[in-house]
Amino acid sequence: MKQIFAPAFAALCALGVVAAPVAAHAKAFTEIKFGVDATYPPFESLSPSGDFQGFDIDLGKAICAQLKVKCVFVSQGFDGIIPALQARKFDAILSSMTVTPERAKQINFSSEMYNEPTSLIEKKGAGLQPTAESLKGKTVGVEAGTIQETYAKTYWQPQGVNVVSYPGQDQVYADLLSGRLDASLQDSVEASYGFLKTPKGADYAFGGNVTYDPKDVLGSYIAIGVRKDEPELLKKIDEAIAAIHANGTYKKIEAQYFNFDVYGATPAAQ
Amino acid sequence: MIGIFQTYWQALLYSDGYRMTGLAMTLWLLVISCGIGFCLALPLAVLRNARSPLLWFPVWLYTFLFRGTPLYVQLLLIYTGIYGLSFIHNTPPFNEFFRQGLNCTILSFALNTGAYTTEIFAGAIKETAHGEVDAGLAMGMSRYTLYRRIIIPSALRRALPAYSNEVILMLHATTLAFTATVPDILKVTNDAYSATYDPFDCFGLAALIYLCVSFGLIFLFRRAERRFLAYLRP
Repeated sequence: MKQIFAPAFAALCALGVVAAPVAAHAKAFTEIKFGVDATYPPFESLSPSGDFQGFDIDLGKAICAQLKVKCVFVSQGFDGIIPALQARKFDAILSSMTVTPERAKQINFSSEMYNEPTSLIEKKGAGLQPTAESLKGKTVGVEAGTIQETYAKTYWQPQGVNVVSYPGQDQVYADLLSGRLDASLQDSVEASYGFLKTPKGADYAFGGNVTYDPKDVLGSYIAIGVRKDEPELLKKIDEAIAAIHANGTYKKIEAQYFNFDVYGATPAAQ
Repeated sequence: MIGIFQTYWQALLYSDGYRMTGLAMTLWLLVISCGIGFCLALPLAVLRNARSPLLWFPVWLYTFLFRGTPLYVQLLLIYTGIYGLSFIHNTPPFNEFFRQGLNCTILSFALNTGAYTTEIFAGAIKETAHGEVDAGLAMGMSRYTLYRRIIIPSALRRALPAYSNEVILMLHATTLAFTATVPDILKVTNDAYSATYDPFDCFGLAALIYLCVSFGLIFLFRRAERRFLAYLRP
């Protein structure tokens, strides 16, 4: 048996080696497949009819239009989105991904798409500030695996703040509502759209943006992620981002979603 | 995998520097919930075999409810559902108890394993050989003495193989603990995963640790079976 299979297997391997580069070249940018975790309004979510929608999606469509290629969106959970990119399920990640040194080891990032500060939310009138002194002895919820979790564990937990990690952001809000948490730490835009602007969040408010970050754990900005072996695609995306800024498309899309400058917003800005 | 272990070994085994995490937390959950479950199951198993429906029906209802619904749902109900009731919020001892994710987790795990253990023990009690009971009655034992000296020791011995399965299943069920924010082994390997994006090594490491603990439990139960079930060996 082994003797029969060995040559057949060798032949299959050889075929694979020959076929792979051909397949890679045949693509040649007629379409870009974006991997999206569509659970993060207003950036990316699914409309009731099942279409992808949101700020990221509109920017992606503008980039595709600029490059005159077809845009395809592929649904993918955020925690597995980098492995899925590596496994070639899609060509780029368009999912509110913040650039961090750890992630940059795995994949390349485009130039800045936008930026959102990290902020604290709390019950109205609680008067908490996003600093270790103000939160000492309080319980703060974060989503596990986010840069906000790293931030709270790096700066706050050693100072006596009780930091609790949750499997998902929904559970953080649920426990903020139930009273288990005194405050929660997350992206400001997410907090605004995902919670504060919903009926449930009526009694809650921003406690301020995080400004102190000497170890730079919050990373820099949000960008499109591309595999390291595709510098060509990265260059095209960078050019397209520059172009939609230059021709005013970016401002137009931004105005549909935000009443502030989401491109210029740095973590330091209030 | 070794690299991940070198970075995360402390959190993986006993503590992240602020609280108990990883293996220590998983074992603690297992020991405390199986301990409470055992203490709960012993009297309930006796009641389950009682003649009066007033005694066996409530026990039957309890085991039916807890064996008929997924543990995950029970945990969510206790952690999120119960704490959402205003009555709980306004009663300080309850508020204090249910505020902690760990308490909710232990409560739901103990009630769940208690239900299964009750049925295991009740089955073993029911199967007690008539001869043993007759012999006890012939000796003039009271019902209480009969249970204490004959029925329960004999039933517990025969329940051992089935009970060891329940404990191992409970170990596997502790992976749900992070739902209620309890940092068990899986939470730490999840952290390692979100830092490294290396799913096979991270979850492989978790699997290895669970495998070692399962193996240790199997070893202990085999030892116990050799000792307590020696009289059944051919």
